[in-house]
This record gives sequence, C-alpha cells and structure tokens, in this order.
Amino acid sequence: MKVPVSWLSELVDLPAGITVEELDAAFVRLGFEVEDVVRPPVTAGPLVVGRVLEIEELTGFKKPIRYCQVEVGEPEPRGIVCGARNFAVGDLVVAALPGAVLPGDFAIAARKTYDHVSDGMICSVRELGIGEDHAGILVLGQGGYVPGTPATDVLGLEDVVFDLEVTPDRGYAMSMRGIARDLAGVLGVTWRDPADLPLPDWPGAPAWEVTVADPDRCDRFSMLAVEDLDPAAPSPWPLRRRLAQCGIRSISLAVDVTNYVMLELGQPMHAFDRTTVTGPITVRRATAGERLTTLDGADRALTDDDLLITDESGPIGLAGVMGGASTEIGDATGAVLLEAAHWEPNGISRGVRRHRLPSEAGKRFERGTDPEVTVVALARAAALLAEHGGARVVGAPVDVDTRTPRESIAIDAGLPGRIAGVPYTRAEVLEVLTAIGAEVTGDGDALRVTPPSWRGDLLEPADLVEEVVRFRGFDEIPSILPTAPPGGGLTERQRRRRSIGRALAEAGYVEAPAFPFTGPAQLDALGLPADDDRRRVITVRNPLSEEAPALRTTLLPGLLAALGRNLARGLRDVALFEHGSVFPGGDGAPAPLPGADRRPDDATLAALLGAVPAQPWHVAVALTGHREPRGWWGPGRPAAWADAVQAARVVAAAAGAELTVEQAERAPWHPGRCAALLVGGQVIGYAGELHPKVCEVLGLPARTAVMELDADALPEPTVAQAPSISTFPPVLIDLALVVADDIPAADVAAALREGAGELLEHLRLFDVYTGAPVPAGSRSLAYALTLRAPDRTLTSEEATAVRDAAMAAAAAATGAQPRA
Amino acid sequence: MSGANDPYDPKQVAALSPEALDEAVRAALGAFAAAADLEALAAVRPAHLGDRAPVLLARRELGALPPAARSDAGKRVNAARVAVTEAYEARRAELEAERDARVLAEERVDVTLPWDRTPRGARHPLTTLIDRIADIFVGMGYEVADGPELEAEWLNFDALNFGPDHPARWLSDTFFVAGGRDGDEDSGLVLRTHTSPVQARTMLEREPPIYVVAPGRVYRTDELDATHLPVFHQVEGLAVDRGLTMAHLRGTLDHLARQLFGPDARTRWRPHFFPFTEPSAEFDVWFPEHRDGPQWVEWGGCGMVNPRVLRACGVDPDTYTGFAFGMGIERALQFRSALSDMHDIAEADVRFTSVFGVEQ
Repeated sequence: MKVPVSWLSELVDLPAGITVEELDAAFVRLGFEVEDVVRPPVTAGPLVVGRVLEIEELTGFKKPIRYCQVEVGEPEPRGIVCGARNFAVGDLVVAALPGAVLPGDFAIAARKTYDHVSDGMICSVRELGIGEDHAGILVLGQGGYVPGTPATDVLGLEDVVFDLEVTPDRGYAMSMRGIARDLAGVLGVTWRDPADLPLPDWPGAPAWEVTVADPDRCDRFSMLAVEDLDPAAPSPWPLRRRLAQCGIRSISLAVDVTNYVMLELGQPMHAFDRTTVTGPITVRRATAGERLTTLDGADRALTDDDLLITDESGPIGLAGVMGGASTEIGDATGAVLLEAAHWEPNGISRGVRRHRLPSEAGKRFERGTDPEVTVVALARAAALLAEHGGARVVGAPVDVDTRTPRESIAIDAGLPGRIAGVPYTRAEVLEVLTAIGAEVTGDGDALRVTPPSWRGDLLEPADLVEEVVRFRGFDEIPSILPTAPPGGGLTERQRRRRSIGRALAEAGYVEAPAFPFTGPAQLDALGLPADDDRRRVITVRNPLSEEAPALRTTLLPGLLAALGRNLARGLRDVALFEHGSVFPGGDGAPAPLPGADRRPDDATLAALLGAVPAQPWHVAVALTGHREPRGWWGPGRPAAWADAVQAARVVAAAAGAELTVEQAERAPWHPGRCAALLVGGQVIGYAGELHPKVCEVLGLPARTAVMELDADALPEPTVAQAPSISTFPPVLIDLALVVADDIPAADVAAALREGAGELLEHLRLFDVYTGAPVPAGSRSLAYALTLRAPDRTLTSEEATAVRDAAMAAAAAATGAQPRA
Repeated sequence: MSGANDPYDPKQVAALSPEALDEAVRAALGAFAAAADLEALAAVRPAHLGDRAPVLLARRELGALPPAARSDAGKRVNAARVAVTEAYEARRAELEAERDARVLAEERVDVTLPWDRTPRGARHPLTTLIDRIADIFVGMGYEVADGPELEAEWLNFDALNFGPDHPARWLSDTFFVAGGRDGDEDSGLVLRTHTSPVQARTMLEREPPIYVVAPGRVYRTDELDATHLPVFHQVEGLAVDRGLTMAHLRGTLDHLARQLFGPDARTRWRPHFFPFTEPSAEFDVWFPEHRDGPQWVEWGGCGMVNPRVLRACGVDPDTYTGFAFGMGIERALQFRSALSDMHDIAEADVRFTSVFGVEQ
C-alpha cells in the first residue's frame, strides 16, 4: 500500500513539523512495515506551468515536429520545439526553461534543432521523474493553473510516498481511510473520515433489477447508474498524479475514478457499459462448463466455485476478480453502471488463485473490505464523474443487503493487561477500542465490544488484546525471564546425534548437508536393482526440479553430488559426511484433515499421527583422494574401503554400540569390497568401495569409498559397568596363523577370543602377510595377545595353556594352522 | 701386600707421607681435568680411584702403623681419598652436563614442520548454531522437541489456525506429497513449512506446563538464490503455563539474544500477523558485532499462542496462556558470521564449512 504524505495530511491533522523518520516509526509501531520511502525526484532551476499559444507543424523531417509558442509568465512567449503530438493550443503543460536540471542530470539549455531555436523543453511524465508515461508530454488540462507558476507543487515534487506492507489480516489498511485512522489513533491527533459523506437523496426507482442468489458469498451488492459522461473528458492531473504515486496507471476518467475511490475508501468497484448490459442482473455461482471472456481477452472455463455477475446474455463478470469483455466501457461510453459489493474473502482468494488474476481489487477483497461503504463509494465515484466528466446519476441506487448484525465480543477489561504483562487501566483499554472504531458497552470490567464493520479480523478477545497492545506500543512491555520447571536435558537420541557429528568431524570428515530431493536418474546412477527398497520413494506433487521429484531414501546421491562439486572446484582429497532424515516410501493411508475448532478425537488423532511415515536418521560418509596426505614424513595414504568401514565404527562407538562387520554385496558398492554393518545381529548399514561402474557414471575417482547406516537402528546404549583392573603383570604372546584367503579375519579373531577365555585381556591383529613361505591361497595373520589374571601372576604353564586353547579354537573354527 | 701385623716397612710407609698423598691427589686431579669426555674420564678412573690407585693402596697400609701414628695418617689418607672422589664426581657431572647439552643441541628439530597427517573435519555451522541455541534453552529448563520433516498437513496448517484457503497452502508456496499407489490422491502430508507443527505435536502429547524448543529443517517452494533457500532451518520455542505474558516472552528472547550475541544485545518488536499467535510481532535483535557497525537486524517472529491453536491442541485457553517464537538459523548466520550468499549453504563446499570447525 503506497501512501503519499500529501494525501495523508488531507485526512490527518499531522503534528506540525513531523518528520519522515517520525512517520516511519509510527507506521512500524502500528505494524505496517515500511518497505520503501519514495522521495521525490530532484529537479533544479526554472520548471514552470506553461500555456501553449501557437503550434506550427514543421514538415520535411523524418517525423512530424512541432514548434510551439509557450506562455511561461514572462512578457514574451518562448519558442519550444516538441516531438509529441498529444496537446492542443490552450493546453497547460510543464516547461523546463534553460538552466533547469531534470532528474538524471538532464540539463536544459536553449539549442538549435530542426532549424529552430528551442528555448526550453515541454516535459513528459517520465522526463520529470514522476512516472513511466512517455507516450506524450504531460498535459495538465486547460485551466486551474496560471502560466509561470513553479511546477514543483503542481507536480507533487515535494511529496514523500511511504510504501507499506499490510499484513493479510488488515484489509482496512489497504486504503487511505484505514491508514489515516490508525495513524491518527497512535499519534493522538484528529482526522477526517473520507467515508463520512452525506448521501444524496436520489429519487426514483433503483436503476437496475438485481438478484443475489448466493448471499453467503455476497452479502451486499450495490449499483449506481450514471449518464451523460463525456467519454473524452480527461482525468484531472491531481487525480492522475495520486494514482501514479500509488503505482496505478491512468486509463480513462471512469476507470481512474473507480481506482481513486478504491485507494481512498478501500472499496474496489467495477464499471459496466450500461448499454451493453441486457436485462436483470443475477449474482450466482457458475455451472460447470460455463465460460467467460474476461477484460484481458482470455476465454476462461469456469468451475462451480466461481461466483459470477450475469445478465440475460450470461456471465458478464467474475465477481471481485475481473470484469467481462462484453460489457467493458470503451472510448464512447457515456452511460455507466457502477458496481460496489462485499464478497466473502476466501472465495475471492480461491478465484484469484484459480484464474491467476492477482489485482489491486483482489488484494483488498481477499483481505476483506468494509461492507458498510459500498453505497458511499458509489456516491463518491458518481460525484467525481459529475465534477470532471459531466455525468449525472439516474435512478436510485441498487442495494441488495443481506447482512446480519455483527456479534459483539465479551472481554474482561483486564485481559489485555494480563496477556501483555502491562497494567493497562480500563480507560486505556476503552480508549484504544474506541480509536479503532469499536462500540464498547458494559459496566465495570465485563465489556461487550462490537467491532467496526471494516474489521472482519476481530472475532475473539485475543484479537482485541492485540489492538490494545499495538496501540499502547510493544515498547511498554517489560522483560521478565519466566521460571520453567526443571527439564531433563537432551534425550539419549539427541545426545547421540551430536556425538556422531562431532566424532566424524574429529575424524576428519566435513559435514555436507544436501537438499533431500532425489530422482530416478540419481537412483539409476547408483545401479540400484529394480526391486531395491530405496526405489520406493515418496513423490512431491510440485517439485522444484523435474529431475528430483522424490524425497531421498538414501543420503548417498546428495553426498556424492557434493563430493563431485568439491572435486570440480579443484579439491582432491575430500572426506564428507551427512546425517539427516530419509523418507522411505510406503503404502500408508492418507492423513485425515479434521476440523480445528477442538482437539481431534483419539481415533482421528491416532490416524493422523500414524499416517506420517517413519523418517529414519541416517549417517553417511564419502571420501576420495588421500585420507592422509603425502608430506615430509613420506607418501600419503589413499582413501580406501577400510576408511569407510572405520567411519562406521567411529559412529557406532560415538553411539556406545558394538559394531560387527560381515562381507556383503549391495549396490552401489564394489561386490568384493562391501561390508555389512551389524549391531546385535541386525544389519544397520553398509560400507566399502563404490562400484567402479558407479564411479564412472558419476564421474568420481576410482576407489571412492562410502558408508551409510541407519543411526536410529543403533540400540540405546546401556550404562557401562566399571571393570576391575588387575595390577598383576601381563603375559604377552604373539601368534601367527595361516588361514585360507576366504576366511574372514574377524572369524579368526572371534575364535581366538573364544578359545583364550577369561585370561585374555586384549587381542590385536598386527600383521597380514601373503607370499612365500605361506602357501598360495592362504595368508598369515599375526596377533598380539595380552593375558592377565585378576588375582595372581600367571605362570608360563598357564600362559602356554591359554595360547594352545586359543590356537585350537581357531583351528577348529577356521582351519587356522600355526605358521611354520 | 702387607697385613695389619706386618712389620714396619719404610717404603710402604712412604706411601702414607703427606707428600706422597698430595702427589697422588694432584696426579688424579690433573688426569680428571685432562679427560675430555666421559669415556676418557672413565678410562683414567681406575688409575686414581681403582683398587690399585695410590690412595687406596695407602689406606691399606694404615693397619701396619703403630696406633699412635694411625690416627694422623688415617685422616690424611681419608682427606686425599675424598678429594680425589669429589674431583672425579665434579668432573663427571661437568662432562655429563656438556654431553647432555651437546646431545640436546644435536637433537634440535624444526618444530614448524607441519604434521597434518589426519585432515581436520568440521560440523556445519547450521548444526553447531542449532546446538548452541538448544543448549541455551536447555539451560533455562526447556526440553528439545523433535518432529518429522514430512508432516501431516493438519499439524502444519489447520492446528495452527491456517484456514483451508490460506495462501500458504497453495502449491506455489508449500511442497505437497502425492498419495495413493499411483501418486494421484491426496496424502494429507506436506514438507513442513515451519517448525511450528512441533508446537502442536507437543501440546497434543503433553500436559502443561510446557517449555520446549524445536530446531529443524523446513521447506518452502522458493528457488535457490543468494537470499532464498527452498530448504532451510528454524528454531521454534513454545511455553504454555499459567500466567505467561508477553513480558515473559520478551524476557526469554532478550536472554537468548544476550547469550548468543553478547551482554549488550536485546530485542525490539514490531506488530505483525501470524495465524498461530495473537498478538503477534516480528522481532529485531540489537547486534553490536555487526560487520557494518552495531545495528538492529530482523531475526524472527513471536507472539502469544492464539487461543484457537490451544483449543485445537486440547489446551484450555481459560486456564493457560502460552508464547511462541521462531527464527531462522540461516538468518542468524547471515549476521553472526557475515554469511552473504545462500549458495554457500546449499553447495557444501568444504572450504566454506571447514572454517567453522567442530564446535563453532
């Protein structure tokens, strides 16, 4: 909503000397965000009103040119060359005389052009910096100004315009009337309500026969007919100037007047060419299949939710959204039927959205207009058309009014203070409620408040509380820290998510969150089989990108894309991690949409919560290049499958879980270099080297390693029990075992542990060797064992017995033989 | 070798003469001083302190002396032995110190050599900032509530007093999820547009008093550009209790501002509109550390929970009042860490994230 200060000052008795900054602060305090303060363009030098006395048409040039004699308040007129043609002898124009500087540092000087000396310039709106119109020069009309008058006042070049953001609940503030009332209220000054007009006593029968068939969507529909409008009558400059300041283009007197009244009173209007409307008007819903060609020339299919204005010919307007082409006023229209109605806001909102027809009128109707001012607005428009276009009202107004009286709201006068934490007095509360236009009755603190007609948003006590707090000012509210009851701190799961992120970061991985959208091409690139669970996706109906219409079921596509992006930017050694929700698809029932006036019943609530699919929290890493860089210490160590598996162990350790690893095959991993990650016998993820094909398709370096697991599947950690620490000396034993290549080292270690029993304190694999003398097809695994008893020093016989038992167990379980 | 009862032997007795002892001491001191290193010192030690060293041999002769002479000679011998021993120990200490100094000097390294064998990782600044904010509220007794990103439409909108025709529910604003086997039915699910449905979930699950904070990822159908993200993060706070006022809300936000932005930080409110709060305000925070100088910066929205929301969530608005607030984490990064382009959030460039370390 654009608010020129000059217009505002006509309605509000602004305190003398109030500054732009003070007005800005007042608007913000009222809840009208100041989006922009448009200050007038800067001009300098002689810029005056001139009257065109003579026009000489110059010929022989590429385009028609005029040489004009212009009276500018000096003894002699000035000769000015002008290329525009939209003016006539006698017109008042704006002349920039030599020495003037127009916006954009456009200095005017006398100069010879088209064989004449041009002693100044006749200006267009754009040249003056007050609008975009450059089709011709600015014609102020034929009267009202004396030639030679400085043009800055006439043009409003000293006016400041505030561009205010009006929140969707405040329809009334989409008008000068509404802004003026609030501003006067908060500044504590008087104001004049432009809707407070005496209505003429129009004689005769209503000008048209009208039926409203859908009073739910339209509870007031008013019309007024005028005749003898001079279709050629121009809009007066002050009116055009205000429309321009408010961002509305001038079209014709009839259209400009309806727009002006809309800005002033907040009531949008429509003007029909009265001669094209046939028979009685009915306001009704469309029937499916009906069509209407709107003012913009579009032939629109209608739905049964569209509200129409119809005559005998059928639809002639899409109520509150756009008029029809068949009844549009044209260049010759002298008889106009003006319409002003009150529409149900949500229906307008749906119509605007359905037909993609946002408009100034729509913005007001969908926020809610004042049903009280329909006839006032018609009278105001008729008066302006009479004044500037010679129109006269014929017949009495049409006014179909089915409104019911507004219900009052019961409110305790102390409530605003109790909500705000500020002890407002009853008088203060009453003062605000009165200032916003409400009627307040009731004795003592039990008040009954009837909101004004323009405040459709005031329905509950809380709405009234807001008005009191807003007018009194938010700055009055003190700052008091409440005392919450003692809380339980973070949950195990929350703590774990943090630990996992920290542990991976400490291990050298950089967190790389991605948008959780994916698509078939990304899943294909991973080489997922057709029946893979991760292909069962949830689809977004309105995705940002057609390539990624689904929600991710795995973190890998986003993580690998981030990896690729970093590599493309010239990085070589990259280790990334992400943790976040994935969205596995399912066949869930749709979530119900119960009413919101009370808590849904238990069954509905259960259905609602149950329809929201589980969204497990996954953790993934991806790395390539060097895990350890080369340096002065020696060569680097390339990132490998083992790093990915180790990352899983880091995650499990951070979560307090014991992870075991098994050989596995799963896309997108290398079939020989893929580990299943298990906790308590359940697979929770996979790690290893990416399949070479996947690296190729994604353009990633060979041997890129990745891990992904479901962190939610990690069990809650149990409370660790303190071990008893033996202070007796340990016995250290090294063992080398030869096992077949296909025996997992983890199995050998498990067998050794099992066989060694309770005296084994620690076991560590310290070497893996293949080659002579170890036979082909086998490898040597070397383990360091630490043995210790809790209560004595072990004898060498005991240690030997443990060693033999461990070897025997390994031999039995895995065929391991002592290395010769 | 003479025993204690050996007869007097002038030659042996000569070994006990002060001259002889002085000579032995002098010789020892000279030899020790001449030893250039510990090895040389060790090499000369037997000659002066070994079994056959003159002072040791002289001591054995004491037994042969008459008792009258023994005491006097014994003192002399002892003094000589102590002198030689002390000289030896002093020289050894000296040489050891020299050796240690030399070895330590030789072992000098260039400590500026890098040892970054394990690269440094980092958590995303959004993550660490969320944790930091959550911790401030946990310190006030709040609990951290989680909710799903794919959320029931009813919880995202209806329960929060968004009517069925509210513009936020248009396809142009909110990601809707397809339902049914063929994706052509309504699922009643959306990607949550704010963290506020966690408010509704919390009130539906728990009895007041409620003090929770809910950080998380949210979605809107904005194209990615320097100032917009389709996927971003908010922190939501909700308190429902008897007698809560806007003053408590201000106190809470002021406390948060001070904890995050320093003791001079505070908040300023501007009336605004949100369906789920009434009264509603947007709030700015006074940020003393702004790169362009101390100033107010827009941060979030807040207000008293709309009684309609309380009713929809089964809380009696005549008994309880509540306040709620929400703010953008990316927005906070914008001014706290001078983040200027949202592409940096979306692109996961390690050069961006690494700057923030593990615990920014």
